[in-house]
Amino acid sequence: MVLKAFFPTCCVSVDSGLLVGRWVPEHSSAVVLAVLHFPFIPIQVKQLLAQVRQASQVGVAVLGTWCHCRQEPEESLGRFLEGLGAVFPHEPWLQLRRERGGTFWSCAVTHRQAPAAPRAPGEDQVMLIFYDQRQVLLSQLHPPTVLPDRQAGATPASTGGLAAVFDTVARSELLFRSDRFDEGPVRLSHWQSEGVEASILAELARRASGPVCLLLASLLSLVSAVGACRVFRLWPLSFLGSKLSTCEQLRHRLEHLTLIFSTRKAENSAQLMRKANTVASVLLDVALGLTLLSWLHGRSRIGHLADALVPVADLYCLKIHGLSSLWRLFRGKKWNVLRQRVDSCSYDLDQLFIGTLLFTILLFLLPTTALYYLVFTLLRLLVVAVQGLIHLLVDLINSLPLYSLGLRLCRPYRLAAGVKFRVLQHEAGRPLRLLMQINPLPYSRVMHTYRLPSCGCHPKDSWGALCRKLFFGELIYPWRQRGDKQD
Amino acid sequence: MEDERSFSDICGGRLALQRRYYSPSCREFCLSCPRLSLRSLTAVTCTVWLAAYGLFTLCENSMILSAAIFITLLGLLGYLHFVKIDQETLLIIDSLGIQMTSSYASGKESTTFIEMGKVKDIVINEAIYMQKVIYYLCILLKDPVEPHRISQVSAKPRLDCLIEVYRSCQEILAHQKATSTSP
Repeated sequence: MVLKAFFPTCCVSVDSGLLVGRWVPEHSSAVVLAVLHFPFIPIQVKQLLAQVRQASQVGVAVLGTWCHCRQEPEESLGRFLEGLGAVFPHEPWLQLRRERGGTFWSCAVTHRQAPAAPRAPGEDQVMLIFYDQRQVLLSQLHPPTVLPDRQAGATPASTGGLAAVFDTVARSELLFRSDRFDEGPVRLSHWQSEGVEASILAELARRASGPVCLLLASLLSLVSAVGACRVFRLWPLSFLGSKLSTCEQLRHRLEHLTLIFSTRKAENSAQLMRKANTVASVLLDVALGLTLLSWLHGRSRIGHLADALVPVADLYCLKIHGLSSLWRLFRGKKWNVLRQRVDSCSYDLDQLFIGTLLFTILLFLLPTTALYYLVFTLLRLLVVAVQGLIHLLVDLINSLPLYSLGLRLCRPYRLAAGVKFRVLQHEAGRPLRLLMQINPLPYSRVMHTYRLPSCGCHPKDSWGALCRKLFFGELIYPWRQRGDKQD
Repeated sequence: MEDERSFSDICGGRLALQRRYYSPSCREFCLSCPRLSLRSLTAVTCTVWLAAYGLFTLCENSMILSAAIFITLLGLLGYLHFVKIDQETLLIIDSLGIQMTSSYASGKESTTFIEMGKVKDIVINEAIYMQKVIYYLCILLKDPVEPHRISQVSAKPRLDCLIEVYRSCQEILAHQKATSTSP
């Protein structure tokens, strides 16, 4: 297999030294994490690498040599570099060379042990893949399909070669802690060697967040304890609580706030994104609420539509039931409540006479009541439709993952769907050079992956059941959730 | 090494296939689709504006004309950014994977990369669509959920063009299989 050398773009113009990184034998790829400069003491280098290996569980080792010199190396330098291979035994030993100011590189791979099977010529080719270390470190790969039986802590080496590269860079943070201004025994070049990135505000916020979270979490637990007490379960307050959508939203927000201010740290990146999205959602909610309040304050109060439907609907409902029962009387049948079916029945003459009279009266009054019912139902449907629309809008705003969308907009390399390669300038006889860039996640997948769980406003009844209820005059509440108590 | 040949697609339009052989293990195929023709653009714009003018004479509302201009502009921008594909590229790198890029007329590029470990094979598949038989290049994956991925969807080249690409890809895949079995 062709040997793939992943080389960070920040080390392209550094001085000569040793290549430090990880060798992945399954994919025949060498991930170079940093360049170690001369002069160094081999014992200290080996100690540092053992430290990093133990802390990060990544098999970091010296992979080879990097030579960035003016022209062809002299004999002594050549032999010195070869000699290093004996000090740091690694199989295979990679030698990368670049001339100062030149575009093309030359790579050589030496195998110390004699290969078991005879190798075909040209098999020791090297392919150079440049990657941006900072972006790969910060980005998070989203695999296209996640098998349901795969555990969360599966070993990355069993997955694709690119996932192994991302994993290696992400876990070797300890190696990137030392920078050029440190007085350590070894001098490394990597993406942070010009100085560690940090922000005073972020550090202060981090220090302050501990006690603040503790205080707010205790306050919130007090509030939820008060809310769960027995007083609210008694009839008037529980009725109000289930009817007003304000109370429901308050409950929802209380849950969100408890999540945000919980003192447990987020275990993995998905939980962290969820927390961040919840914070953004709460802030948006507050902002929208304040805007709405200020707008309402400026206008006169919106009048409330009087609901005259209920008595009319009851009348219509009664009438329809009466009509259907009297119609059954005509046919000589009766509704058997015990068996829930229609049975035959023999009526007396006077029963039939009264029944016919009442049936005629109800039938001729039917158009009037039906028309009243139609008008009021249409009005109510309008109100219900508007209410449903508002509910949908509220749900949408609640479940929108604002932080993730913002991240995708401003720092697209953080959410990666994959990688893309670009072939750099190539000369025959030289190794192939590729540039690996991060392919950001499309917006639809961001929404799908990071959606916050919504209130679940799926209507309880299907369209057919809704139409049946409308015809028989039963009242409809299409926005009622599945778990709500009946009226 | 680079060479260019011209083929024709199933509708008779001209397609240009550019092949670049970077190394024995890396090849790139670039298929350029026919450009947006001025004739069809003019025809669509004239139809929309005539219809808008007809509505305007009926309703005497000048908003219709501005709306028609707006719609035409937005529609053109949307078409160039989301629908009209300028060029499709297939980059196949031995032991790394296969990358398919579509570049749209507005400059947008959408890339998909499939790792070599997931690729089972590349085949030419034929599909019967209404009264036409269309050939397309299909990448078979080892993934049980989505077993195949279609490449070069928008430019529909004829069989001769596909055969060229297919042969080169099979050479690389065969080479990759041979080297992956040996340690």
